[in-house]
Amino acid sequence: MEEKLDRILNNYRENEGNLISILQDIESEFGYLREDAINWVSERLDVPAAKFYGIATFYAQFHLKPKGKNVVTACCGTACHVKGSERLINSLVKELDIPAGEDTSEDLKFTVEKVNCVGACSIAPVIIVNKIVHGKMTPDKLMKEMKTLKEGKKEYIDYI
Amino acid sequence: MNKDVSIKVCMGTGGIAAGGVDVIASFEKSLAAAGVRATVEKNCSMHKVGCRGFCARDVLVDVIIDGNKSTYQYVKPDMVERIVNEHITGNTPVNDWLVSDDYHTFHNKQIKVVLSDCGEVDPEDIGSYISRGGYEAIKQVLATMTPQETIDVIKASGLRGRGGAGFPTGAKWDMAIKAPGPIKYLICNADEGDPGAFMDRSVVEGNPHAVLEGMIIGAYAIGAPYGYVYIRAEYPLAVERLHLAIKQAKESGFLGQNILGKSFDFTIKVKLGAGAFVCGEETALIASIEGKRGQPRAKPPFPVQKGLWGKPTIINNVETLANVPYIIRKGADWYAAMGTEKSKGTKVFALTGKILNSGLIEVPMGIPLREVIYDIGGGIEGGKKLKAVQTGGPSGGCIPANLIDTPLDYESLGKVGSIMGSGGMVVLDETDCMVNVAKYFLQFTQSESCGKCVPCRVGTKRLLEILTRITEGRGREGDIDLLETLSSDVKTSSLCGLGQSAPNPVLSTIRYYRDEYEAHIYEKRCPAGVCKDLLSYSILEEFCKGCTACTRVCPAGAIFGEKKKPHKIVQDVCIKCGACFETCKFKAIKKG
Repeated sequence: MEEKLDRILNNYRENEGNLISILQDIESEFGYLREDAINWVSERLDVPAAKFYGIATFYAQFHLKPKGKNVVTACCGTACHVKGSERLINSLVKELDIPAGEDTSEDLKFTVEKVNCVGACSIAPVIIVNKIVHGKMTPDKLMKEMKTLKEGKKEYIDYI
Repeated sequence: MNKDVSIKVCMGTGGIAAGGVDVIASFEKSLAAAGVRATVEKNCSMHKVGCRGFCARDVLVDVIIDGNKSTYQYVKPDMVERIVNEHITGNTPVNDWLVSDDYHTFHNKQIKVVLSDCGEVDPEDIGSYISRGGYEAIKQVLATMTPQETIDVIKASGLRGRGGAGFPTGAKWDMAIKAPGPIKYLICNADEGDPGAFMDRSVVEGNPHAVLEGMIIGAYAIGAPYGYVYIRAEYPLAVERLHLAIKQAKESGFLGQNILGKSFDFTIKVKLGAGAFVCGEETALIASIEGKRGQPRAKPPFPVQKGLWGKPTIINNVETLANVPYIIRKGADWYAAMGTEKSKGTKVFALTGKILNSGLIEVPMGIPLREVIYDIGGGIEGGKKLKAVQTGGPSGGCIPANLIDTPLDYESLGKVGSIMGSGGMVVLDETDCMVNVAKYFLQFTQSESCGKCVPCRVGTKRLLEILTRITEGRGREGDIDLLETLSSDVKTSSLCGLGQSAPNPVLSTIRYYRDEYEAHIYEKRCPAGVCKDLLSYSILEEFCKGCTACTRVCPAGAIFGEKKKPHKIVQDVCIKCGACFETCKFKAIKKG
């Protein structure tokens, strides 16, 4: 871990304006903001950990808990909303056994996230499954997709 | 064969989601298999292009043979082989798959400035932008114009900020050039936060160099050696193309030290937003670039006096900056000739919602809304009735169907209680509940309120609570008045634009749809049939054939009955999801 964090810090030596960038890199390296990582960075930079947490809890992008292996993101933009995104989210939460008030299933296999708008409104409603954008989603299509993921038939594919 | 073949595949977010990557791969395979590259002597090139606006028809593919362009719609990888065989090697276009007439109607009423090169240039190749006249404007500016002359051209063009508020760009730059000190910053605001808007994403994805060129011209005009692009992390493709464009511009000498041999330095850094709507507000955006919580502060001092790191700072929106090179190239008079008296030029809108041809459009300012909805948009989906058009996102309002002849310019939209905003345009039909729409936007602004000032933090929360109880059938006498009073308090006393505009969706829906609010409160009824708590589903026995389709889709197991006999819904178990209503072929499910 320390090696990875060292590398991240080396990219951002210049000034305090990079706290957000550092957190973004930690998030993408470990999948979430690990407490030990924040403490380590805080000590190295002599910036109070509270400052990091202040930023982390302000922005929607940061997570303080580990995310699931598969990340399903539902767009909640206006166009998606009027085309039924709420129903998609409800069916996701039910199908993937996401506990109330949480966004990740207990077995850490799935995280269901909401995002304000991904700007693909022409193909609303939009669901992003492991970084791949799926447009014109219906509950049926979504459930099929989730079943293949659950059975492990589809592996994580990176964005283009 | 001796012909010039060029294939352009739409690779915006819409194109990629529709399978653009696979379509390109199929073209490469089929072209190789057909030996096209060997037989076409002159040139056979394939380009990834950015969004051309008509995302509803993706994947769109242009096949251009010796300058003759044919456009295919809904292209899937398995269609590619036939296009290659019949059209490219055989010279006969596959007529069944070509775009229909409405594709041309969609484009005919548009005037493209910012989008003129989107869908034409390869966003990942600076040479492609240069070959269409790109970077000519900065060459012209540096060779023949002083900074003040540059600002005067922008002033004369009448360009106003496209981010929402519509502040004259030339006047803003004028203030910046007069600000003291050698260190100034120019920030491009690409933190497109309005839900339902994707203009800036498409421009950055489709033609990033135009944005950069606009920034370089702006930096020269105001004397800023440093620039930032603050862009949403939710737009990975735009971020990637932006980084690439900056690298190419640097290599070509348009960025860096002594640009084009002049004593003018300008460098651009990219900062990723971390998902906070309020960061579109200037002072919050600056705080975020400085690595802090993105909370706004009181103005004055304005950013142009005291901005990023305490230095004079100008913040322009993506679309504003992308207009700049075209204005320089074609002249202020050309630009000012488009639009209305006070709103010049063109505006890009993201036309979405219950509209047939959804996509990205660019129209001259002042065009009647009717032409946008019916001529360009092709009317309402599924033959339903238009109810309202929501513009300006969470800060905007709804324009009801009877005001559809409203011209689209800053002043006219303000008069009907909405705003131009950044250009989101969501079309609503008769099945949309206006109270629910207001609640949706309040949910958004309430969760995005940064919490710094009380009127916004507490006010939006209370507004949302009242709207929620109305949609849940617990509305009280006097709630409408309460909403109005509270809205006006939040508007007048909030610190920044978020709070000052958050009540707009509530006020505009009350103004035009008071009857719907009253139906919810007094009759406990949702006229559009959206608010779940005011709905119930039942089965009309005389129409039910007992096909069991509804029992199979019911997620709650609330429907029972014997095969071929009328079914029943158990009201206590029903979660009112509406799945049965949509599934029933015999119209036997009653909603109400």
